[in-house]
Amino acid sequence: MASLDDLKKRISSVKSTQKITKAMKMVAASKLRRAQESAEKGRPYSDKMNNIILNLSNSISDKENSPKLLAGSGEDKVHLCIVMTSDRGLCGGFNTNIIKKAKSYFQKILDSGKILKIITVGSKGYDQLKRTYKENIIEKISFKESKNVNYFDADKVGKIIIDKFEKKEFDVCTIFYNQFKNVITQIPQEQQIIPLKASESETSSSEDNYEFEPEEDEILSNLLPKNISTQIFKAMLENSASEQGSRMSAMDNATRNAGEMVDKLTIQYNRSRQAAITKELIEIISGAESL
Amino acid sequence: MREGFKLEIVNPESSFLSKEGVSEVVVPAFEGDMGILKDHISIISFLKPGLMRIFEGSNEEIYYVDDGIIEFKNNCLSILTSNIFDIKKIDKNFAKDALAKAEQDAQKKDISDQSKYLLDQKIEVLKNLTLN
Repeated sequence: MASLDDLKKRISSVKSTQKITKAMKMVAASKLRRAQESAEKGRPYSDKMNNIILNLSNSISDKENSPKLLAGSGEDKVHLCIVMTSDRGLCGGFNTNIIKKAKSYFQKILDSGKILKIITVGSKGYDQLKRTYKENIIEKISFKESKNVNYFDADKVGKIIIDKFEKKEFDVCTIFYNQFKNVITQIPQEQQIIPLKASESETSSSEDNYEFEPEEDEILSNLLPKNISTQIFKAMLENSASEQGSRMSAMDNATRNAGEMVDKLTIQYNRSRQAAITKELIEIISGAESL
Repeated sequence: MREGFKLEIVNPESSFLSKEGVSEVVVPAFEGDMGILKDHISIISFLKPGLMRIFEGSNEEIYYVDDGIIEFKNNCLSILTSNIFDIKKIDKNFAKDALAKAEQDAQKKDISDQSKYLLDQKIEVLKNLTLN
């Protein structure tokens, strides 16, 4: 059994850990509010963008000649996966969930004999993937320096993707991120952005005839690269809200566990103190009796 | 006068402006400035760098936009743009920087005709802005 001194030390160390986790929880909570707000503010833009593109692609008559970003390169050989994770740890299952989702997708790709390329956004994703998929990772991007999620960062990633697409380095592009639902639930998502897949829920009945200026294809070829950046940006916003939410609940759990542990250790400490006192008393009494 | 239409301007970070009852908006569309009034036909177009004027009764507001897409449908004009400034609040230095950068980009040889055209437009507008 541990000595009284050891127990005391452990209690105080658990207590100081609890202080840290509590502080981290507070910080995450306040950051979460901001992140959530900007995620919600950012939604109209990406939704509108999606709508316009949907309307446009519906009205394109010549599907064969539509821009490559929409229709794809016609092949299905090289898959590019953008795995978006956080730059910091201690956020529960946040990164692991994305990685898990991504890994099962990777396996599918590799099993069907296709070529896999990976770009990681955020250093945690790189750390977790480099062991198994080192030779597949073609680029790692991290935005440690930028404090808040901003559009320019997303645009940078978007430009890299488009650049690679134009050089025919891949055929299909999928992004992985966590969608923020609420503080305790974040859903890992895979979203294919090249070629663009209209999600089934958005089959809006758009029979309106639009007038286009300039021509449809020209608008589309202008719009699609922007859409890529927008989707990335959306994913980044969702991700940052999810990260904070996940960290908050993880730290909340940690704080609670530390509290339980302190209680348990305190009881143990008191018991052994009591035992020591009793033992001393018995020694004294039996000493007195023997006289 | 009849009531106007709804105008919504959003940029990636947030909703920039949302207004009901706008009487006319003049946007710098790619093929030239375009005025939009109530009951305009549904249209999708994109913008070149330029000034956007919003008329609301006798009020007039002017914004500088870098790029964007507009969609007009059922008397609702949505403008998606990544860069928009109220020209009353625009920072002269900022405009100058942007101008310098645009001029630099325009010097490059390997740009396409389209981006050259857009840059020229941008330079012109920004020049006017910095002069005033």
